[in-house]
Amino acid sequence: MTDSALPRPVIPVVVFPGSNDDRDAQLALAGLGAVAPRVWHTEEVLPRGTSAVVLPGGFSYGDYLRCGAIARFSPVMRAVIAFAESGGLVLGICNGFQILTEARLLPGALRPNASLSFVCRDVALSVERTDTPFTSRCTEGETLTIPVKHGDGCWFADDELVAHLEANGQIALRYAAGESPNGAVGDVAGVIGEHGNVFGLMPHPEHAVDALLGSTDGGLILGSLVDAARSSAAAVV
Amino acid sequence: MKATVLVRPKPGILDPQGQAVESSLRHLGFSVDEARVGRLVDVDLPTDDRADAIAQLKRMCEQLLTNPLIESYELELDGAPVTA
Repeated sequence: MTDSALPRPVIPVVVFPGSNDDRDAQLALAGLGAVAPRVWHTEEVLPRGTSAVVLPGGFSYGDYLRCGAIARFSPVMRAVIAFAESGGLVLGICNGFQILTEARLLPGALRPNASLSFVCRDVALSVERTDTPFTSRCTEGETLTIPVKHGDGCWFADDELVAHLEANGQIALRYAAGESPNGAVGDVAGVIGEHGNVFGLMPHPEHAVDALLGSTDGGLILGSLVDAARSSAAAVV
Repeated sequence: MKATVLVRPKPGILDPQGQAVESSLRHLGFSVDEARVGRLVDVDLPTDDRADAIAQLKRMCEQLLTNPLIESYELELDGAPVTA
């Protein structure tokens, strides 16, 4: 899968106290051709040569107060926010998505699942945008199978904000009809930021990169990020 | 000064926890139209200046204690509600 002739972009995975998908994210990114150092939340700078950042899934700070609310103020997040604001690519998966909404880098908020149950299963997803750094390996209208595992994945935004995001094409990923595991408004599974360089999703692409585990569709999302990181790294050099 | 911050899900926001409590109360035979579940944070502030305390509490709410998109808050100082 990895073309050893291609440059390996540096895509750090941030580790907060309570993160638990960081090693899977690291392994998946490495398998797709990136160098993915794990970066502890107390770091104040990102590794040299960083061309994208991943905020992984987990339960940062025990999900106290609101999911992601406390992680948002970690020292490393100042660097991540500055990186995002200067156009850097940032991907938030599950708890990472919650952190990005709390940090106001992504619109909306994530609330407890409508069922109040923790949901852990494969879901079918509909790709709404393929012209983003996170979905370029997908095809328009393609259905992906990627697992979710969360208790607070019910994305919420009011009608006005949803209309704005729809008009702006920021809703990049939805649960397929009848597949929503959490009651999210508009079946939203993943949202892209206003400037197209920040993306958050509740499903876990890092858990779907090996056929042995049922699906490799997650590799399309993470592979898209590796491609984009590689070209942004080339642009920097 | 002792302060209490009451955080509520805004009207119209789906509150599955409130719904579960509501249905449980009905099962117990109580007549309930609606139940909503919020959060209470007690804060002890090292100041006796009421205006300063209120200003600080508002900043705490905006930065951390609430997510303004989905939650509203009310403040109490020494047991009495803070109005506007």
